[in-house]
Amino acid sequence: MGQETGRPLSPHLQVYRWSPQMAISIFHRATGFIMATAGMMTLLWWLSAIGGGAESYATFQKYAVTAGKDATAFQISSNWFFRLLVAAVTYSFFQHLFSGLRHLVLDMGAGYELKTNRTWAVAAFIAAFFATALVALIVASRFLGV
Amino acid sequence: MDSRTYIGRVRGLGSAKHGGGHWIAQRTTAASNLMLTIWLVVSLLALPNFDHAVLAQWLAQPIVAVPMMLMLVSIFWHMRLGLQVLIEDYVHDQSLKFGAITLLNFYVVGGAVFGIFTVAKLAFTGAAA
Repeated sequence: MGQETGRPLSPHLQVYRWSPQMAISIFHRATGFIMATAGMMTLLWWLSAIGGGAESYATFQKYAVTAGKDATAFQISSNWFFRLLVAAVTYSFFQHLFSGLRHLVLDMGAGYELKTNRTWAVAAFIAAFFATALVALIVASRFLGV
Repeated sequence: MDSRTYIGRVRGLGSAKHGGGHWIAQRTTAASNLMLTIWLVVSLLALPNFDHAVLAQWLAQPIVAVPMMLMLVSIFWHMRLGLQVLIEDYVHDQSLKFGAITLLNFYVVGGAVFGIFTVAKLAFTGAAA
């Protein structure tokens, strides 16, 4: 099953008008994928850098956090790469969390009426946006001195 | 060779009786992921700073090492279940699918063991500077 048969397929993504309910399902998968790959690899690097001793932690900091005054161009771009990555993973965490909570409610058989379903999908997007913005503000004020 | 259709082959056999396991495990690990990541954030924010010595001593304590290991198991397990569904839904070629699931298994088992070993080593041998 599912092999190239040349037979017509049922309508797929591109023929549907986008709705919040559809978007939240896609976002759930995409954000899960981001956390599973970039997020977990960075977490493992961080853990092993702590375990590896002060020197390996300094290397981690130089590339993933900040390289200080005499940073090379590669280290600066690496720092910015990881800042973007952390922002993406933070947003992914909240997006995945809120749509996950929505899934738990749906699992109980509630929230399938069209309007209710749409409302909670929109609410999950809004909640994820504001939770991410709040964390970004806290981090900016406490740790980056912005 | 059996020339019957797929549906004809399984009709009347009843369910395989383990269809619910994946679903329940995904929900269970979702709940434990949430509890353990909240623990991680709260525990990190309680630290005075994020210097290496502070983090190493923090991670070497049983009260931190145990939930950290639990978090790694829970997250990698949840990842295994979730990414499996992604692969099954989007990779239609049978052999590619088999290869992708195999790579996924390598990644999640390898990642979890690597992380747990790192934490265990620190916890058992102490936080050397």
